[in-house]
Amino acid sequence: MPESKITVEKLNLWFGENHVLKDVSFSIPPNAVTAIMGPSGCGKSTLLRTVNRMNDLILGTRVTGDIRIDGQSIFADTTDVIDLRKRVGMVFQKPNPFPKSILENVAFGPRIHRMGNHADIQQRVEQALRHANLWDEVKDRLHDNAFSLSGGQQQRLCTARCLSVEPEIVLLDEPASALDPHSTARLEELIRQLKQDYTVVIVTHNMQQAARVSDWCAFLMLGELVEFGRTENIFTKPKDRRTEDFLTGKFG
Amino acid sequence: MSTTETSVPPARKLRRRRFGDNVGFLLLAVPLALFVLFILYMFFYLFRNGLGVINWQFLTQAPTKGMTEGGIWPCIVGTVLVTFVSLVFSVPVGICAAVYLSEYAPANFLTRAIRSAIRSLAGIPSIVYGLFGVALFVTGLKFGLSVLSSGLTLGLMNLPWIIATAEEAINAIPGSFREGAMALGATKWEAIRHNVLPYAFPGILTGVLLAVARTMGETAPILFTGVTYYTRTIPTSLSQKFMALPYHLFTLATQHDQISTVRPIAFGTALVLLVIVLAFDAVAFVIRLRVAGANKWQV
Repeated sequence: MPESKITVEKLNLWFGENHVLKDVSFSIPPNAVTAIMGPSGCGKSTLLRTVNRMNDLILGTRVTGDIRIDGQSIFADTTDVIDLRKRVGMVFQKPNPFPKSILENVAFGPRIHRMGNHADIQQRVEQALRHANLWDEVKDRLHDNAFSLSGGQQQRLCTARCLSVEPEIVLLDEPASALDPHSTARLEELIRQLKQDYTVVIVTHNMQQAARVSDWCAFLMLGELVEFGRTENIFTKPKDRRTEDFLTGKFG
Repeated sequence: MSTTETSVPPARKLRRRRFGDNVGFLLLAVPLALFVLFILYMFFYLFRNGLGVINWQFLTQAPTKGMTEGGIWPCIVGTVLVTFVSLVFSVPVGICAAVYLSEYAPANFLTRAIRSAIRSLAGIPSIVYGLFGVALFVTGLKFGLSVLSSGLTLGLMNLPWIIATAEEAINAIPGSFREGAMALGATKWEAIRHNVLPYAFPGILTGVLLAVARTMGETAPILFTGVTYYTRTIPTSLSQKFMALPYHLFTLATQHDQISTVRPIAFGTALVLLVIVLAFDAVAFVIRLRVAGANKWQV
């Protein structure tokens, strides 16, 4: 087992009567890309959204087990969910820029967290946009509405917005599912770069994408963790029959 | 397949369907055309009878000689003032209630009951609000017959409208704006304050302006709470009685001892009231159009 940034331990989650995650345990290493893959409805997005406690917003959610970041439980009374979400950024499946200017989109996070004066925030915006490989495309139109960007640019803008508050972990929930192949390639290039500075967790139902971008890979099915390991091992010599069936396209 | 259908030749079947289509079109188009004609005639009638008396004096002077001459200035001021008082009360209260209902209230029986009670309140006849205003503001809180009592009564009447339209406007904002903000570590209030209310604002404003238009034309809620038959002066404090356009119109049309003499003034008053109300409706309409153009996220 690798060094652990995020430790998931015997995690169970219910939405009302629906048992969505069943005894999931694994460790996500720092400064690497970990992919969570699996067929639709297997609970992979739910697992991701548990890490920054976005599921708290859904009524009737019940959790047992634990998730620890740097050894600290995210469900502990001492954990502030606001601070947790600042440390654990998220990029959603569908690009969701705010209907503000490009600049205001990225400045939103630093402003609410009061991360410095006007000049500091401008600098943070530029840094985040550079980090998300978007700066050169938007530097001359920072005051344009974010909706004037293409879908792929919007998704990189949402990534920049997430990086602007200096998270430690970046969660990506099927970030390329609404993008064309060219935009997807650019986003994947960005994801591979991000692991230098962040711990990256990406949910995808696209196994080629998981193979291309990830170092570690978790395979989830019907709420159970079937297999977790180095991506090359999972793809070349899966231990479980179900993983092999998924990878060879028997279902998906 | 039944025998009757096969026995009709195809060409005749088609002709029958065409005939049915034309009948359907007429059934739908004629009532609409009648309605539009009726509205146009009403406007034409008002303009023809009212436009003659309207001039600068009419708009800026008080009524004189037992209301047979002079203008309607105190009525215009009274109507605007009492509408303003009603909004000062109902807009903040209404928006807060709408935010609470749409964002914070738990989805349970009580919330549903409150929401449907608000919808029902919007349908209560305005005269009932008038009587309630007498009981609560005029005698209960001892505000007397005044601009304040009338304004608050109109405000109460407005409130359900403003809550309902504001809640609708807030619910129209995509959930991803809230979610995106909260995923960045915004509190719920920060997400609402920065990412919901600014975008719901035009919709809320449209609702408020429509409520304004309705408020200005109401007679019953002010009837027992502060409006007066005649005063030469315009109110200088909230505790005074006032004249108002709809009540002045009512007086001239039915209560005056020389009804036929003052008939043109009555039409002039009606015309002024109509133009003010239409102006507010027009502003609401323009805002709605602009929003439809600006809401790119709804595409």
